[in-house]
Amino acid sequence: MKNGFGIFLAAFIALDLSWCGFVLAPVKQLSTAKQTQVLNSTDIYPIGRPGEANQGLQAYRASGCAACHTEQVRQDGVACEVVLTSTGKNPAVVSNLVSTLKLAGLTKEEADTTSDKITAAGGKVETHIAPVGVDIPHWGVRRSVAGDFLYDYPVQLGSLRAGPDLANVGARLPDANWQLVHLYAPQAVVKNSAMPPFRFLFEVRVRKIGDAPSPDALKFPKDFPPPAGCEVVPKPEAKQLAAYLMSLRADAPLYEAPFTPVMTKP
Amino acid sequence: MNLTETKNFSASEIDASCRAPLLALFGGAALWLVVGLALSLAAIMTFHKPDMFADCPLLTYGRAQAAANDALLYGFCIPAGLGVMLWIFARLSQTELALPMMPVVAANLWHLGVLIGTVAILIGDSIGFAWLEYPRGSSVLLFAAFLLIAISAVATFGARRERELYPSHWFLLTALLWFPWIYSTANLFLVAHHPVRGVAQMAINYWFANNLLFIWLALVGLGTAFYFLPKLAGRPLQSYYLALFSFWTLILFGAWMGIAASAPLPAWMSTASSVAAALIIVPVLAVAVIAVKTVRGSDVSCKGGPLCYVKFGTAAFVLSALMLITEACPQISRVTEFTWFGPAQVQLQILGFFTIVMCGAIYELLPRVMGFGLSFPKFVRVQHWLFMLGVVLWAGSLAVGGVEQGMKLQNANTAFADSTNVALIFLRAGTTGLLLILLGSLLFAANIFVMTIKWKLALLKSANAAVKAPLTIPSASASLRRDQEEVKS
Repeated sequence: MKNGFGIFLAAFIALDLSWCGFVLAPVKQLSTAKQTQVLNSTDIYPIGRPGEANQGLQAYRASGCAACHTEQVRQDGVACEVVLTSTGKNPAVVSNLVSTLKLAGLTKEEADTTSDKITAAGGKVETHIAPVGVDIPHWGVRRSVAGDFLYDYPVQLGSLRAGPDLANVGARLPDANWQLVHLYAPQAVVKNSAMPPFRFLFEVRVRKIGDAPSPDALKFPKDFPPPAGCEVVPKPEAKQLAAYLMSLRADAPLYEAPFTPVMTKP
Repeated sequence: MNLTETKNFSASEIDASCRAPLLALFGGAALWLVVGLALSLAAIMTFHKPDMFADCPLLTYGRAQAAANDALLYGFCIPAGLGVMLWIFARLSQTELALPMMPVVAANLWHLGVLIGTVAILIGDSIGFAWLEYPRGSSVLLFAAFLLIAISAVATFGARRERELYPSHWFLLTALLWFPWIYSTANLFLVAHHPVRGVAQMAINYWFANNLLFIWLALVGLGTAFYFLPKLAGRPLQSYYLALFSFWTLILFGAWMGIAASAPLPAWMSTASSVAAALIIVPVLAVAVIAVKTVRGSDVSCKGGPLCYVKFGTAAFVLSALMLITEACPQISRVTEFTWFGPAQVQLQILGFFTIVMCGAIYELLPRVMGFGLSFPKFVRVQHWLFMLGVVLWAGSLAVGGVEQGMKLQNANTAFADSTNVALIFLRAGTTGLLLILLGSLLFAANIFVMTIKWKLALLKSANAAVKAPLTIPSASASLRRDQEEVKS
């Protein structure tokens, strides 16, 4: 090969192909993404994060939280689950039958035969769709989808789990005080946590006798009292960050990630 | 050889023409190598003592780690690679470096850009995308500086007197096209005023990171290795056609890698990426065969010198590429994804492959460029051992820790904290490796800085001599007077 132009052309074509594939195509395919309807509901998903949570995303970016935390839940597929809703007129027979049957991790056909058997015995059942995968019980109820990040900039998917996945942390740990205490002193609420404390997001104030406590002051667990005579008050960034964490809820069933939401007992 | 050219440049003239630009590029690069590794060490200390930087936002893990990675990649790898590239182009073209002032200016712009970027990350102004953390102003400086250096490189290439192209030419020329394209794309789509929406950001981020970290570094590192391996081993490259083959397949398949298997992107993207990663085994094996066949049968023993560096670096490239391939295999990625295995591959690619190849190349070319020997020639061998041991310890323990962590996570009954704590032990052991690499980089910086100072002192001396030169002027004016008298008479 003697021609520099030939090399230029070859490199141009190779890079152009991948540019069209991995830059142009996703921009075309994903830039038209819109809000969708939650399955079996009139709710719309996603609704943008509230203002404070959006500012919290910037605090999350500034501190480089994504270096240790992912926001993506993996899923291998879905399975059917047969859930007994009523034992009917012969509770003993139905319970006996149910104890002999496999109820989770079924295919559609298996689920149908199982529910037929139970119905025949007089029980009432529902068939649920349940996502499966190693991440599912730990970090989320379903896989992460493009819609979860529709309004985020920058999208903080992360690539390393030196700490837990946060895709659904707002639903897992919906307590703002817990989140703030955890940011101030992770080891106070999670034993053996490897997370560094983010004390620079807080202000430690000496409380003068007779002063009313700040309404924002953190409420610490009993075995981890705050410094004597002081109260710990979150700076605006900490409050925003906590609001962002609380807004991370990927728990709506969607067309591309279906599941049957389990109603928790009140 | 083009016979119409009249002026023949000797090797020492060509080397001398590269002196100022190369020193400007390498000096900053050596500094950033030390800074980057020191920041990396500061970052990893968080895993030894979590509350170490609890009151110091500047060095909190997320910032220090990003600043460290970028300082290594943008601060060291790219300018060092560009400097070596300029020298190789001048040597292969058998002509002096064209427009030598451009790379000097560019080197200063570049290092200024890295400085602004590093400070921005540390004070929390990072853009927030992996490998693209530098803010807009810094990116503009880097882009402009790269173009200036590319102009000088292409002009040198265009003025070449040997028309036949050498394999290094293909790799290095392609790298000149690659960077401006991917860097401008990433910045226009992600950093500019109207960034793309939603996860399309991540698609572009993955594409950019792969094309910079894997392809660009491979193009420059292999281009350099394919120049120095035959030169130092005293045998021709084995063979030209295999090198051509590896070049084509590398850019054709490699550019499609990098989309994470589980990312919430259209499924066809990660599938295409997995296929590309499987195909990349072809150029990687070709590179291994070329290196082994070129070095084997050579009677030159490397004795910890530049040849050792290039050999180790090429082996590290093959290993890092194999790690990348295993990561992209869906069955294996189930275990290794989101663990320290990924960072291990990145560290091996940057430190084990690219940094070591560049240090070897710089140790080989710098004495020629400067016209005098290395200030501390014994450091070369010591640094080689420090780097080798350091990389094996550092990347090795991260990789093993990552696999252990992944295996733990496979078991749904294991508490998450157990999996991270397992990795912690390996991280702490790996810190020793990082420390060794840091020591090695100090030796490298010492060599570069002392040589720069020597050169500047020599310049100062000759300037001093020039100042004292007016002694000859009286005689000149005397002869002028004599001439005038002659004219008068």
